Amino acid sequence: MHVEIGELLARFLIGGVIVSFFAVLAEMFRPKSFAGLFGAAPSVALATIGITIAGHGKAYASLEARSMIFGAIAFLLYAACVSWMLLRLKPRALTATVALMPVWFAASCAFWLVVR
Amino acid sequence: MIVHARLSAIKGIKPHEWIIRFAFGGAVCVIAGLIAQRFGPVIGGFFLAFPAIFPAGASLVEAHEEQHKARAGFNGANRGRIVSAIDALGTAMGCIGLAGFAGVLWIWLPRAGLVQTFVLATLVWLTLSVAVWLLCKKRVLHR
Repeated sequence: MHVEIGELLARFLIGGVIVSFFAVLAEMFRPKSFAGLFGAAPSVALATIGITIAGHGKAYASLEARSMIFGAIAFLLYAACVSWMLLRLKPRALTATVALMPVWFAASCAFWLVVR
Repeated sequence: MIVHARLSAIKGIKPHEWIIRFAFGGAVCVIAGLIAQRFGPVIGGFFLAFPAIFPAGASLVEAHEEQHKARAGFNGANRGRIVSAIDALGTAMGCIGLAGFAGVLWIWLPRAGLVQTFVLATLVWLTLSVAVWLLCKKRVLHR
């Protein structure tokens, strides 16, 4: 596996800026259900797809995007579970979000088994 | 309730909160790239929708609401949790837009220019997310 340090640095800086930008939008908007939309902003994709295309081409990036559809559905399941858990079981937000992270991994793995 | 933006909310973000978001965001982009390099684009693509910043965001929302209530002399733990749950529900709705964004990239990237594809995908994300939010809002209001 050969990865350029410069590419990693670019990913880190661009990713940090774009994720912070959407986090600021989420902070600004009210009501909070609307602000929550920005929690699922395509920040990682916007930050990295351009670099991916430069390194591997459009076909490679397109294949990544196909998997991203299933990653987004897994994210939907995970976020819905977090919301349900916070309202019903009343844990701290950090506890709920970290404890339910396996939901995203399990759903993603299930989708991967289907699409591979 | 009408959607509105408060620019003053930016002033309330503490330096360490900026750093957490920047560092998490940057780290996820690096990790997504490394996973794609190691395991290929099919597995790597899943991590383009990895909810990495979500736990930090949800706990910051909760903390802000608690502080807001504490300033008014109340215990805001319950309020913080409810607002955090509502925020998470909004994020779940936004995931439909995120899937739409990815769908546009998947179909259009091999056929069209990069800028046009990104603009179209971002518009689809925003339109779908807001449409789903409006639909859910209407359904709740008309119950």
